[in-house]
Amino acid sequence: MLLASLVEPAFGLIFWMTLSFGIVFFLLAKFAWKPILSALHERERSIEDAIGEARKARDEVAEMKADNEELLQKARAEREHMLKEARDIRDKEVAEAKERAKAEADALLARAREDIRNEKNAAIVEMKNKVGELSILVAERILRQKLEDRTAQQSLVDQVLKESGKTLS
Amino acid sequence: MIRATFLALATLFAGVLCAQHEQAPEAINATEAHGEHPGEVEEFNAGKLIMGHIADEHGWHIAGDLSLPLPVILYDTRSGMHVFSSARFEHGHAAYDGYMLNDGRIMAVDNAGNIDEAGSKAIWDISITKNVVSIFLVMIALVLVFSSVAKSYTKRVGQAPKGLQSFMEPIILFVRDDVAKGAIGVHKYERFMPYLLTIFFVILFANLIGLIPFFPGGATLTGNIAITLTLALFTFVIVTVNGNKNYWHHIFAMPGVPKWVLLILTPVEILGMFLKPFVLMIRLFANMAAGHIIALSFFSLIFVFGATSAIAGYGVSIVSLAFTIFMTFLELLVAFIQAYVFTFLSALYIGAAMEDHDQHKESIV
Repeated sequence: MLLASLVEPAFGLIFWMTLSFGIVFFLLAKFAWKPILSALHERERSIEDAIGEARKARDEVAEMKADNEELLQKARAEREHMLKEARDIRDKEVAEAKERAKAEADALLARAREDIRNEKNAAIVEMKNKVGELSILVAERILRQKLEDRTAQQSLVDQVLKESGKTLS
Repeated sequence: MIRATFLALATLFAGVLCAQHEQAPEAINATEAHGEHPGEVEEFNAGKLIMGHIADEHGWHIAGDLSLPLPVILYDTRSGMHVFSSARFEHGHAAYDGYMLNDGRIMAVDNAGNIDEAGSKAIWDISITKNVVSIFLVMIALVLVFSSVAKSYTKRVGQAPKGLQSFMEPIILFVRDDVAKGAIGVHKYERFMPYLLTIFFVILFANLIGLIPFFPGGATLTGNIAITLTLALFTFVIVTVNGNKNYWHHIFAMPGVPKWVLLILTPVEILGMFLKPFVLMIRLFANMAAGHIIALSFFSLIFVFGATSAIAGYGVSIVSLAFTIFMTFLELLVAFIQAYVFTFLSALYIGAAMEDHDQHKESIV
């Protein structure tokens, strides 16, 4: 009898259980589970959003860092380039200056040589003239002295001419 | 932290359980003594003690001679409603208004005091029994606890959980993420969350209150087959109402099976439809009832041995106490496990009934 009552469902209990469970189910569903579940959902979403935002911010920072790095790299390269350019210009200018100086020096030298040659030629001509004058002078004196004798005169002229032609050639 | 609290509570329960049961035999003896055999001390009957604790009763026996009378509500198809206090029955020794308690059941009696079997069949007993009071206590506790938790959620929007809320939140999340999402699927689980949470906490609260051995507890709700029957019935109704075309198709005409096999398979599938909630009912009932019966049996051992000699009684009490404490801890674990199993299987059945795919998922019975 006792055991039978253990496995035999009592009608009253089923009745009250159905009623209470139904009411509590309704109450909890409306006033507890709904706000709890929606709050949990809301919180999860806000946490997810926050994580997403943090990730985005981190990515942005990383991107910015990369940008900075790139910019720095570019600046460095530009500086390098500028330095190189400056060096090139300087080298070129120095080379040009050298070239110019050399050319100038060469021109100067050439002109000097020309001048020297001209001077020399002029000097030679002058010398020739002087020698001629001198010879004429000498010849005049000698002639005055010696031109009493006609033969002597002749031989002297010959001799002088010969000598001067030898030295002048 | 939570575990520590639970251990402390469990120890308290176990301690009180011991204290209470130490007094139990005297109480039983006392009631027996002033009953059928006046002046004679009745022999200790373990079966009666255990069944007395497991079974439902009209009126709540608290301790010794103190008991709380509860309203008896009867609907008699011959004479209509009858409402009176269970104290009128004087613990089954008196008839009132043509009714009498016989082994815990209300029977119709004639004027001479003889049981009227035919008349008894006409009685619908919807009395507020010990278990009904316990149902009310569980339900009130549920509403109070979760309305307070819900209030914390609406008050502390977006903040970390606190107090009771932080205790319940992992359980709610567990039911949602590991039970509902896993068994029903991510797209459809939300509709069933209120039901799954309600059965989970109803069973858990009933199990835990059943562990308290003294007055507000003591009634083993989930160890009563009427309660588990009702819960299983709710699951059955929800599964049947939500079963889609696919579900019915699998029951009445399993696809990919020769016609003649259907002659065997369809009855089996129809049987399975009812078997699933039946198994839900039996599993919870058997687990909870058995746990209590074992714990009480260990206690009864003390008095069985004590009846032969006092020394044997004291000797056995040490062992019994250890075993009972162990059983109480086990019951505490079982309280959670059974609530989980019932909820999980309910979710699984709902999920299987709503499955869209053609492949047949092996259902767990």
